[in-house]
Amino acid sequence: MTMLSPSLIYGLTGLLLFVMGLAGLLGCAELLRKILATNIMASGIFLFLITIAHGSGTLIDPVPQAMVLTGIVVSVSSTAVALALACHVQEAARRHDLLQKKRGTVRR
Amino acid sequence: MTNPALHSSAWLIWPVAAPLTGALLTFLFKDHSRRLGLFFAALSSGLGTALAWQILGHGPAHYALGGWQPPLGIALRADGPAALMVMMTAITGLAVSIYSGGYFQSRRRNSKHHALHSAQEHAFWSLWLLLWAALNGLFLSNDIFNIYVSLELVTLSSVGLTALSGKPPSLVAAMRYLLVSLLGSLSFLLGVGFFYKAYGTLALTAIINSLSLSPPTSMALALISIGLLLKSALFPFHFWLPPAHANALTPVSAILSGLVIKGSWYLFYRFWHVELIFTAVGLVPAILGGAAIIWGAWQAFAQQRLKMLVAYSTVAQIGYLFVAFPLLAETSGQGHGALFYFAISHSCAKGAMFLAAGTFFLQMGHDRIRDLAGVRQLLPVSSFAFGLAALTIMGLPPSGGFIAKYLYINTAINQGLWWLALLILLGSGLSAAYIFRAVSAILSPQLLRIRPALVVSASMQWSALTLALISLLLGIIAPLPLALLEVS
Repeated sequence: MTMLSPSLIYGLTGLLLFVMGLAGLLGCAELLRKILATNIMASGIFLFLITIAHGSGTLIDPVPQAMVLTGIVVSVSSTAVALALACHVQEAARRHDLLQKKRGTVRR
Repeated sequence: MTNPALHSSAWLIWPVAAPLTGALLTFLFKDHSRRLGLFFAALSSGLGTALAWQILGHGPAHYALGGWQPPLGIALRADGPAALMVMMTAITGLAVSIYSGGYFQSRRRNSKHHALHSAQEHAFWSLWLLLWAALNGLFLSNDIFNIYVSLELVTLSSVGLTALSGKPPSLVAAMRYLLVSLLGSLSFLLGVGFFYKAYGTLALTAIINSLSLSPPTSMALALISIGLLLKSALFPFHFWLPPAHANALTPVSAILSGLVIKGSWYLFYRFWHVELIFTAVGLVPAILGGAAIIWGAWQAFAQQRLKMLVAYSTVAQIGYLFVAFPLLAETSGQGHGALFYFAISHSCAKGAMFLAAGTFFLQMGHDRIRDLAGVRQLLPVSSFAFGLAALTIMGLPPSGGFIAKYLYINTAINQGLWWLALLILLGSGLSAAYIFRAVSAILSPQLLRIRPALVVSASMQWSALTLALISLLLGIIAPLPLALLEVS
């Protein structure tokens, strides 16, 4: 029986998280779920990158760690933009519904 | 370093630093955003042109940011194709900026919602200059992680620009655009991880030069390619593009169609520009591109709104940007010339077309094609600009589009790819069909019953015309851009 090394486990978990996030992004209808799904995908990639840093030998490669730190900043900002935009979209949909109700033709 | 022809040049940072400074200053000084925005647009355009001039004269250049050499620091690199893209951004960007100056003023003058239009203008300038900096960063980076960060900056700023009009259709389109783009960026980032694992470096040139198709690098290349195709809106990933481009404010539509699409396409070219790949899977982008040409033209023909027609025309023209990938296998370099020629002339022509269409929209209050008859009496300059841009999109001589298509067909026949030559001819015929639908309405001799007062400013009309003239002129000065492209 082959031993599963820790770095292999971490790497595969990262890829699994990426695929799960992808399924969520494509499968879920609600915007909030979709945005969270992109976050899970990003976390999966970060875990994968961290595993690469540990990959060879005892020395830890600092480059992937720097990539993860920058990646987290990018991920936080894009999530913030996505959430703000989702609020505006929801507000627009609510106003649209109110307008329809006023005219007496409720759509949903 | 290894290449003796590569010289170090600090010129490389200015096309990124200037618009970035402009973005910050226009954000801070609300009341002066137009004047500052126009100043920094002119400055960025000048610096971009200066860089292209430098590269043409002195050959490719590199610059290590902060004096840190590549494994740790971030390297910028400019060769012919990169300089040509920076130059394209400089020209189209300046024309769009001049148009925007007049556009927001005209809108404010003719509306009661002064505060709303001022807020839009303020946000526009800082987002647009940020986008400009990010695009130049994308073209000039030689570090694939830095390219990922630039890609995200391009995404976030262009999503912000798309949502700027605040109308529900553009908000929904922006949301979809953001989600698709995020998926594309994350796919790209995972690909970067795989490349780093395989090669232990982030330098684009080093990776491309030592590329071999082992399982991890194939995986990396597939992830990066899918991410970039999503962002470039190549058929069948084009679904998000028409609503996003057509519902945005006019200068934004021109920026998105003329420049943003080219960013991810350029990166795709960088990764695929290796002989190994197109012998293996070079036909895949060509087939998708062919489908895009036919489908986009068909959809454009069916549209009732002018901006939607122009947006679907972009879907078709993206097809031309990818259909030529098998032509790159030829060593003479004519394939590269054709590809880049198409990209720059499309950027100018599509920019001019969207700007003219937006002028009609603002003047008439709508852009229904059949109700646009007679508009040429009111807006002769914009109608002329639309017509000239249409020449390039159809590929009639002496426009830049003609040179590009001529090079395409010539290279395809030299390589015995008859189907490709026929496909390009068919695509030109289809584009003529939908363009004539729009142009015949705009140029129809029908008289307007009532003659409304002109609400658009002269700068809006003339900037579109200048851009259209440049797209036409590209057919005449062909040797100059091609010489720049050769620098590598």
